[in-house]
Amino acid sequence: MSDNYEPKSAIGKWFDKRLPLLTLFAGHVLPFPTPKNLNYWWTFGGILTFCLVAQIITGLVLAMHYIADADIAFSSVEHIMRDVNYGWLLRYIHANGASMFFIAVYIHMARSLFYGSYKEPRELIWIIGVFIFLLMIATAFTGYVLPWGQMSFWAATVITNLFTAIPVFGESITNWLWGGYSVGSPLLTRFFALHYLMPFLIFALVILHIWALHVPGNNNPEGIDVVKGSQDTVPFHPHYVVKDAFALVVFMIIFAGFVFYTPNLLGHTDNYIQANPLQTPEHIVPEWYFLPFYAILRSVPDKLGGVILMVSAIAILAFLPWLDTSKVRSAKYRPLYKQFYWIFIADVILLGYLGSQTADGLFLIISRLATAYYFIHFIIFMPLLGYIEKTKPLPKSISEPVLNDKEKAAKDSAG
Amino acid sequence: MCGSLNASETHKPLHPEWSFEGPLGKFERASLQRGYQVYSEVCSGCHSMDLLSYRNLVEEGGPEFSEDQAKAMAAMFEVEGGPDEDGEMYMRAAILSDHFVSPWKNEQQGRASNGGAYPPDLSVMVKAREGGADYIYSLLIGYEDAPEGTELDDGVYYNVYAKNQRIAMPQLLYEDAVEYTDGTAATPEQMSHDVTMFLTWASEPHLESRKRMGFKVIIYLLILSFLLYFTNKQIWRDSH
Repeated sequence: MSDNYEPKSAIGKWFDKRLPLLTLFAGHVLPFPTPKNLNYWWTFGGILTFCLVAQIITGLVLAMHYIADADIAFSSVEHIMRDVNYGWLLRYIHANGASMFFIAVYIHMARSLFYGSYKEPRELIWIIGVFIFLLMIATAFTGYVLPWGQMSFWAATVITNLFTAIPVFGESITNWLWGGYSVGSPLLTRFFALHYLMPFLIFALVILHIWALHVPGNNNPEGIDVVKGSQDTVPFHPHYVVKDAFALVVFMIIFAGFVFYTPNLLGHTDNYIQANPLQTPEHIVPEWYFLPFYAILRSVPDKLGGVILMVSAIAILAFLPWLDTSKVRSAKYRPLYKQFYWIFIADVILLGYLGSQTADGLFLIISRLATAYYFIHFIIFMPLLGYIEKTKPLPKSISEPVLNDKEKAAKDSAG
Repeated sequence: MCGSLNASETHKPLHPEWSFEGPLGKFERASLQRGYQVYSEVCSGCHSMDLLSYRNLVEEGGPEFSEDQAKAMAAMFEVEGGPDEDGEMYMRAAILSDHFVSPWKNEQQGRASNGGAYPPDLSVMVKAREGGADYIYSLLIGYEDAPEGTELDDGVYYNVYAKNQRIAMPQLLYEDAVEYTDGTAATPEQMSHDVTMFLTWASEPHLESRKRMGFKVIIYLLILSFLLYFTNKQIWRDSH
């Protein structure tokens, strides 16, 4: 921490006096005091920033070659794959990048849920995060439509048709979205425009997300506040810059494995068939990262009800800081919540599986139970646990549990 | 090879060994060239490949015909050229920059000539079907006599790898359906193997350079991750 940072060069001084960017980075961001006990689950913030930047850069070049027209879109994507220099690389990074982005964001959110990072005083960081997640969903969905394959077309048809569920104005809203009376070129061009816009909105929210994070500082696996001026923190640079870089490179190895060796594994074969409004595919399935929400949508027999439930499944996250009544942040010290946490994770994975299956018979019944459990977890268990749970005693500081382990080891070896 | 199995089930595709599999996989050049021969002499009677151009046949990582060979192959087709200075359209021989000439003027003509079933374009076929190359290969040699009691409509054929064992494409790869210029025996398995290799390249023309680059990228990242791991250890040495 050096609030009294002073640029060394004359030009640095001149610039910093007029726009204190150097002070912001060298004086605040780099030395930012960060809890020293962050584990590797905390590296996904950096990984997500990388994902966003990678998507924007590859997307920018793709947009230079892509043509948003129902007749040409499919072959313009193939033109990128075949004739644009390294076009196949850009497109495969971009398409798999969306999946990697969602893998990272789900881990990032799961980490927040486990360690209670959404709780006071970090509620706003979390809520901004929920909005980022919402925008990510919209961006991924509009992006999936652009190649104009069969899945693109029919996913767009199914999802935009959901708006017809809105009472009275449903039909007009849907026609307004389509720019006509069916899914076609007008929808494709506006989806392209929105797909290009939203990443920059995400970028703006990410800046707010990090800004808000820098007010209270990071939560940590113990879920306790750092003691000011103690040995609890280390400067962000180099400790976490290098740790994040290591985690990022490991993440990139997996990413590269997808891009170079199984680039179409996460996609659907039907999307290599050009969109055909006259031929409905056998199964219309969304991308894997939407499957849990898709399962919730289908578990309700009523269209409007399904839509409301699906939207609520995401919206309810924003209220989590107040639904969770426990004062203890980390699940490490919440023996009951810890179990409910893992049941909840299992429930979401189960919903994801159900979303990939046809919704009938036993699957439908299980879908309904899993959907009900999803909401019960937030509405009943989260508030209740705070009252009935007997939490474990919290350490006095971050340094304490570390010392205790060492002391124990010393005692054990002595005894 | 699969006649005795229960006829009502769709069979799992065969899995022959493909040279393009594996981290440094490559196409067999000779097989790609034979595959093009099968496509142009058999498949192209009904199936277009709109996304390919004759110049692709020369490019690195593909069949790698010589430029003269590819020019001669293109010249066997006619395309509409023009307008000339009088504003008239005329027919001319195809050149390297032309797309593969379609057997049909339009989809309607293709449908009308095939009992209503349009033979799909094959440009990205291997990526557009579950099972990819294995499925295409199996389908081409999966024709059998329909078991007794199976009703087949007109223009529908029995194939154990097709959905519901029914397909609108008749069997075409009979023994010696083509006469390979390189003297290879044209068994159905050989032809199916070659044309599937060709279609896999057509779907993924940069497969070879993709795999080569991936190998280098991953080795580079592995080395970088080792360096960062030890740098990280060093930085944190005194912080616990």
